[in-house]
Amino acid sequence: MRRYSLLLGVLLLLVAAIGGCGGAATPAMQMSSNAPADTDFGTTRASDGGLFQVTYTPALEPIAINELHQWTLHVETPEGAPVDDAVIAVSGGMPEHNHGMPTEPQVTEALGNGDYRVEGMQFQMGGWWTITFVIDAAGQQDSVTFNLKL
Amino acid sequence: MRAGRWLIGVMVLGWLAACAGGPATPTWSADELRVLHSLSLDALKPLSPDPSNVVADNPTAAALGERIYFDTRFSGNGAVSCASCHMPERHFTDGRAFGVGMGTIPLNAMSLVGAAYSPWQTWNGKNDSQWSQALIPLENPLEHGGNRTLYAHLLAEHYRAEYEALFDPLPDLADSSRFPRNAGPVDSPAASAAWERMAPADRDAANRVFANLGKVLAAYERTIVPQPARFDRYVASLDADGRPQGEAVLSADEVAGLRIFMGKGQCMNCHNGPRFTNDAFHNTAIPGAPDVPIQRGRIDGVVRVQADPFNCLGAYSDADPDECTALRFMVTESDTLLGGMKTPTLRNVAETGPYMHTGQFATLAEVIQHYNSGGFAIQGHNELTPLALTDEEAAQLEAFLHTLTEEE
Ligand code: HEC
Ligand code: HEC
Ligand SMILES: [Cu+2]
Repeated sequence: MRRYSLLLGVLLLLVAAIGGCGGAATPAMQMSSNAPADTDFGTTRASDGGLFQVTYTPALEPIAINELHQWTLHVETPEGAPVDDAVIAVSGGMPEHNHGMPTEPQVTEALGNGDYRVEGMQFQMGGWWTITFVIDAAGQQDSVTFNLKL
Repeated sequence: MRAGRWLIGVMVLGWLAACAGGPATPTWSADELRVLHSLSLDALKPLSPDPSNVVADNPTAAALGERIYFDTRFSGNGAVSCASCHMPERHFTDGRAFGVGMGTIPLNAMSLVGAAYSPWQTWNGKNDSQWSQALIPLENPLEHGGNRTLYAHLLAEHYRAEYEALFDPLPDLADSSRFPRNAGPVDSPAASAAWERMAPADRDAANRVFANLGKVLAAYERTIVPQPARFDRYVASLDADGRPQGEAVLSADEVAGLRIFMGKGQCMNCHNGPRFTNDAFHNTAIPGAPDVPIQRGRIDGVVRVQADPFNCLGAYSDADPDECTALRFMVTESDTLLGGMKTPTLRNVAETGPYMHTGQFATLAEVIQHYNSGGFAIQGHNELTPLALTDEEAAQLEAFLHTLTEEE
């Protein structure tokens, strides 16, 4: 009886290893997005020089390709004080494909409390994207780059 | 012991039956299934409104537009209509490398199926609406070869009641000193001189009628939407585990081709979404066609659309400037504009050859051969990389493209 259960176990393992029926060794889809393993895909990041803490919130959740949409960008100091009156430039692209966005997004409105409306956001393909905001406030400039996986 | 062996034997048999007997159906992962559904027509959303065209979704305007679309009287020689180059029976293309109207235009006529979804019209996107696009062939001496006052006269003679049910009454065209039969800013010395002689207010009136002609044509074009293909039926046949149910809709080779399309072929970088296009501009290193000028692509389209008096921000648009999002957020400077062409839809592609903006490739096999080699850019920056597809894979990819043809 013990031999029998052993055999049964081996057989079950075998079936499991083969992966059941069909045996379709489906290769993973290669959507050509190989961002470095330690890439931070967070929606809140400190700016490169540490001047600002920045958060983005897309109006489209989840972000879909080929759809024009808006983001809200929140800028504050590392201590958490909202940064108003900033002048912000937006740019983006796909590091692996060497191209930019299909649109030229703009910060169109300061909403107060450190919030800014970003209009004209659009992505034309899936994969690894980077979006950079260059922020000028109170005579100081710093930039922050977000990574996105679409 | 004996019973044990028996049991194992039965199990092995059962496993063999389930696996060998069941169809060798490929399964799709959850991620792949999500991508497949994003390509299916079920993912196509309703057309968004065109605020620049008040009659865009008016069925009466679409009906009038449809009649004019097929009306050869709307041309300089009475023989050319939109359907001369965009034939419904050919998925609104013409089967030729170059469009043939009053002359030959050295560009490939694009399919109009689903084109209303695109924020940019034509290969280089020189128009930001279908109504402003329609005005280009109407005035081009190689296409319809007409002019603005001619079209106003033709509307008055053949469609006055229909036109005036939609728009303000036509101006008084009877006075030929104010509205000559042939006048417009076109490539004809007589017609352009006559246009210069017209009073500014009368030119404005003729422009408005001309724009409205484009708007009814666009209302009709918005009704030309993609119909389900075998591919859509295949996606609908997949269960939640990504396994096809019922009778096989695609062959093993077609499914293998689909897998290449989504993966190794990288086709979905640009041909994505239910229309198989991202409506963006890409340099895919297409070789020039012999004996015709090299098209510089998007870099020229940007300048053209900004200068177009019939664009969304112009006097004849019905939109608030804020609503002109395509123009407001247009990329005007980038090293990717030179040689950039609008990604065409791949729906019905097996029946819409020859291919590319000047019909450079006669067959899908040649197209795939180009992508496989990675191409060599004659201008600008080539976005392609060689694919290393085997002959078998190339054939499978081609087989898949044939599944995108509408079924009836
Ligand atoms: C002589 C052939 C010819 C005629 C006639 C013609 N077209 Fe075209 N059409 C073309 C060609 C060629 C292109 C590509 C033009 C370019 O890229 O500049 C095109 C492009 C288009 C597009 C752009 C589609 C897209 O996806 O961007 C639309 C829309 C269109 N035509 C509509 C029309 C309408 C409406 C008419 C009638 C008023 C018309 N065409 C008459 C040949 C023609
Ligand atoms: C980088 C973006 C991009 C990628 C990747 C891409 N295409 Fe294209 N495709 C285009 C553009 C842009 C054109 C039009 C080019 C031109 O006319 O100059 C086009 C044209 C075509 C055409 C001709 C359609 C017509 O009506 O003329 C076919 C077919 C096609 N692509 C299939 C594919 C396949 C299959 C793949 C994958 C192997 C692929 N494409 C990958 C952008 C792309
Ligand atoms: Cu890309």
